Amino acid sequence: MYKYIIQRLLLMIPTLFGAALLVFLLLRAIPGDVCEVRLAGTGLYADPAEVELCRENLGLNKPLIFGLDTQFFDFVGGYLTFDLGDSMWTGQPIGYEIALRFKLSMQMAIMATVIAVALAIPLGIISAVKQDTWIDYAVRTFSIAGVAIPSFWLGIMIILGLLIFTQKWFGEPWMPPIEYVSPFEDLAGNLSQLIWPAVATGYRYSAVATRMTRSAMLEVLREDYVRTARAKGLMEKAIINQHALKNALLPVVTIIAIEFAFLIGGLVVTEQVFNLNGLGKLFVESVGNQDFALTQQLVMLVVLVFVFTNLAVDVLYAWLDPRIRYS
Amino acid sequence: MSTPEIYIDVEELAEPRTSWLGKIWGLSKSHPLGAAGALVVIAMIVMAVFADYITPYSAVSNDFEHMLEAPNGDYWFGTDQFGRDILTRLIYGARTALFVGFSCAIVGAFGGLVLGVASAYFGGKFDLIVQRIMDVFMAFPLIILALAVVATLGTGVQNVIIAITIPFIPQCARVVRSSALSIREIPYVDAARACGFSDARIILRHMVPNVMAPFLIMLTTFVGQAILLEASLSYLGLGVQEPTPAWGLMLQGGAEEYAESAPWVAIFPGIAISLAVFGFNLFGDALRDVLDPKLRNR
Repeated sequence: MYKYIIQRLLLMIPTLFGAALLVFLLLRAIPGDVCEVRLAGTGLYADPAEVELCRENLGLNKPLIFGLDTQFFDFVGGYLTFDLGDSMWTGQPIGYEIALRFKLSMQMAIMATVIAVALAIPLGIISAVKQDTWIDYAVRTFSIAGVAIPSFWLGIMIILGLLIFTQKWFGEPWMPPIEYVSPFEDLAGNLSQLIWPAVATGYRYSAVATRMTRSAMLEVLREDYVRTARAKGLMEKAIINQHALKNALLPVVTIIAIEFAFLIGGLVVTEQVFNLNGLGKLFVESVGNQDFALTQQLVMLVVLVFVFTNLAVDVLYAWLDPRIRYS
Repeated sequence: MSTPEIYIDVEELAEPRTSWLGKIWGLSKSHPLGAAGALVVIAMIVMAVFADYITPYSAVSNDFEHMLEAPNGDYWFGTDQFGRDILTRLIYGARTALFVGFSCAIVGAFGGLVLGVASAYFGGKFDLIVQRIMDVFMAFPLIILALAVVATLGTGVQNVIIAITIPFIPQCARVVRSSALSIREIPYVDAARACGFSDARIILRHMVPNVMAPFLIMLTTFVGQAILLEASLSYLGLGVQEPTPAWGLMLQGGAEEYAESAPWVAIFPGIAISLAVFGFNLFGDALRDVLDPKLRNR
């Protein structure tokens, strides 16, 4: 097992290096840079000397890849000293910029996952148990709709619904607050802001997990030990909860963990709709400002979370199911 | 007195309903959800092809006498902030959505097919290198990779297609590779090699036809995903640009601003996107059931 983990960690290095190189080159291929955006962004004339000075200060004049005094080495070498560098736009340390938004994104990811699990597991079970009945069709339609409905549109509809509903019932339109408050300070205020986007994304992410639960349950319900359990006269409820579900949960755990990893950085569009100041919004902003330093660190953060989640899932798999042994 | 003659059509007994119409009927009875999906897809294609004949209005020219009109007899779904008929823009939007959807899906799935089969067939170092490169691409959330590509290439339909296609290739390659790996072990591939056939021939004639099931499933799923991604990018202002009618763009334009006073601007494009993606997903699901023998009878 330890050998397997070490092997996987070693395999991660080329993946991460490749990702770093890819994002680095993609960003450099964009015409223009942060200095032009900052100094000439509003369409005003920018003094070439000033732009040049700004580039010099930010290290944008260095050669790109080959050698030690290059932009790529500044980027990758920073990891060796745990220095993420400074944002080219605000000048603040990138670690600080990310930490500021990380709380919100993390909380959103957790809440959306909880909602997704709470929807997916019961629905998946019932759909498998009642296979090919109208209940099954209804659940499948509901879950396929979850993948089909764009989450930003669902977000707009939720906000619109809230406005109309509160207007009608309280005579005054109400919108979720925009300012983030920590749940430890003001739980009600925090939830009243984040519950809506969490529902919009949670529903979407429950769809895949529901289908996974359903198909895993269907497979398990055909196993011999389930037939044995039925033959010895166990109640259907006990069979499903104790014999089937435990064994069906494995692939579900995988899919939920992987989606969780995506939620950390992948909520770009939802955050836009609900005007949340999370990592996704920071990403869009940094791309807009051509803030290479911040953009590449954000992408690497997402990639890192994803790669490690994948490993954690595989290890968890072996731990949950003693039959699986990696060699 | 004549004896009644009795004919027994042996062929029909052996294989009832051989006509393709009959087959379709049989399939849609056993997969009602898939049939519903197929209907949506067909309706969309009809809308996209005959857009010019369906609607009397223009999708792009402004009409400031009819701005933000609520749905009525003339404008069934209302008009937007430029006085353009929303239904018309939805119908023409189907063109954009299908064009982007099919282009991305076909190029992405074929790229994945070639890479996946070749990777499985050649194995060894080639496989290892290709898989590591795929790993790099797979480590990005779809939307982030697409955003990065759009940021590099700029907006517009063509670049959106490229941005969406690139992440599709490794996804399809991975799925195709895993089924191609099991096919490589089947003796007929060895037999083909023993006959001295070229690698290209073995890949194209012996392996590719046998991974058609996962390939077709990926293809239909991709169309839905591409439509959704295009809508998301256009919504962020990074996709298709005005005045091209596109569903995501319609939501970006005035939808949020006028959501309260003119909700129809926001509601209908979203329904169109959802319905289209829904249709392709249902169709893809049914296709999976029919094509994938492991899931048959489930």
